[in-house]
Amino acid sequence: MPMDGSLKTIYRARLVSLSLPLVGFALGLLLWEVLVRASGQSAHVLPGPLQVVTSMGELIADGTIFKHAVASLFRVTAGFYLAILFGIPLGILLGRLKSAWHVLNPVIQFLRPISPLAWIPLAMLWFGIGDKPAIFLIFLSSFFPLVVSTTVAVGAINPVYFQVAANFNLTRLEVITKIVVPAIVPSVVTALRITVMIAWVVVVAAEMIAVQSGLGYLILDSRNALRLDYVMVGMIVIGMIGLILDWAMRRLGRIEFARWNAGQG
Amino acid sequence: MGKIEIQHLTKDFPNRRRNARPGDDSGLQFGDRIEVLRDIDLTFDRGEMICILGPSGCGKSTLLKIIAGFENPSTGRVLIDDKPVCGPSSNHIFVFQHSGLLPWMTVWQNVGMGLRHMPGNGQRQEKIQEYIDLVDLTGFENYFPYQLSGGMQRRAELARALAVNPDMLIMDEPFSGLDFLTHMKMREEVVNMHEFIGKTILLVTHNIDDALIMGDRVVLMSGRPSEVKLMRKLAFEHPRNYEEEPELNELREELYFMLGVSYAV
Ligand SMILES: Nc1ncnc2c1ncn2[C@@H]1O[C@H](COP(=O)(O)OP(=O)(O)O)[C@@H](O)[C@H]1O
Ligand SMILES: [Mg+2]
Repeated sequence: MPMDGSLKTIYRARLVSLSLPLVGFALGLLLWEVLVRASGQSAHVLPGPLQVVTSMGELIADGTIFKHAVASLFRVTAGFYLAILFGIPLGILLGRLKSAWHVLNPVIQFLRPISPLAWIPLAMLWFGIGDKPAIFLIFLSSFFPLVVSTTVAVGAINPVYFQVAANFNLTRLEVITKIVVPAIVPSVVTALRITVMIAWVVVVAAEMIAVQSGLGYLILDSRNALRLDYVMVGMIVIGMIGLILDWAMRRLGRIEFARWNAGQG
Repeated sequence: MGKIEIQHLTKDFPNRRRNARPGDDSGLQFGDRIEVLRDIDLTFDRGEMICILGPSGCGKSTLLKIIAGFENPSTGRVLIDDKPVCGPSSNHIFVFQHSGLLPWMTVWQNVGMGLRHMPGNGQRQEKIQEYIDLVDLTGFENYFPYQLSGGMQRRAELARALAVNPDMLIMDEPFSGLDFLTHMKMREEVVNMHEFIGKTILLVTHNIDDALIMGDRVVLMSGRPSEVKLMRKLAFEHPRNYEEEPELNELREELYFMLGVSYAV
């Protein structure tokens, strides 16, 4: 039957698209192994893939890796949610209220290019040690990009929709809930996807100070102990969680609420 | 309900462009006033279908937006039922040149927009269904605008406008962008609807035949600055036909000539 044939084609294409990335990873591992052997360095300086896999097994078995991963994810989640909580409403305000925009936009544009890492001394001074300074740094890293993309998204709303709202006597609150929020959802979801990556990058750096847990701490601590294999395990786990976060954010973009602009490409 | 008086209406915009573009009026300086509408004086009776013709860019949309209350006149005023227009209102609903449907709402939600405050959920639902049925969109209640054809989108917008029972409909080139057959069908539907509900309809078109086939009155505007060049009552029966109404045909030739086309096609 032709149906079977086309189904088979679809599945074959899917199989290829799923297996090709594995080929890429396999090639990477192979190159790594070749480099290790060619360099003749000892395993302390440049551990090979096999040894890293063994070490990963150790860290998984004793639960260390989960403890650190959970600590990092907790900080990213907390900082990221705080950034959403404050950043998106502020972005909507700046997008709707021209005077607020004129007052605050220069300040935001001025603060934005300052790397969150430059805030480390202040963060430690204000929040001491522990989760708080790290969460603050994550918050900073996500807050400014979210404010800016929300403001831009609000400014890009077709003015016709506001005229429609006025025509049907929508209240100010209804304009926000029925026009502004749904209109910006697609762009905000895209911004969230980019921002969560920034937050994930920053958390590792933030954890190299002031905390005793997290993947960043694991890497720093392993380096101090000269366990480069553990350093690499930390890096690999960071990469894997990053992939998962990106995948999750892409799923978010597919829910119906974020898809009204599907027809507009 | 729906008597319109336009008294000594003028509208001009400040020129915001520093460098003249090819095609701009020569000698136009930054900050000069661009006169779009000049001393428009018109009176329409309630229940009329008024078709406004004019070259592109002459200010037809601007005139409609002033009548709808989206823009203020520079001088003069607009009275609807002897009351000056002060801002948008659900008494006169604007049907936009390109779709004014909210793309994140289904047909059902769009049509229900003006009925938010209706007491009784059951009654409200009935009303929404009634207007969806009226424009022949039964079965498409849960479709998003991007899932509908151009003609269906216009009909959905019409249903939304009619559902709030306005005194007046203001339609800006409601057939632009439709294919020929859909255009013809929509035209017939709007005529039928007008005879059925008897609301004042103000309709801008650049199609002479639309105006002559549909209108109880045609208004021809000149190029910018726009003045009323011709206003004629059309007391012909529907459906209209050029062969049976030589007078209509004469007017058609005259309009073509006045718009700068020597021979009607
Ligand atoms: N907000 C505005 N600012 C400056 N010029 C405007 C504005 N709106 C319309 N115009 C100008 O007014 C003229 C009439 O526009 P419009 O009413 O859209 O014409 P039409 O609908 O007849 O094609 C155009 O030349 C346009 O450039
Ligand atoms: Mg126009």
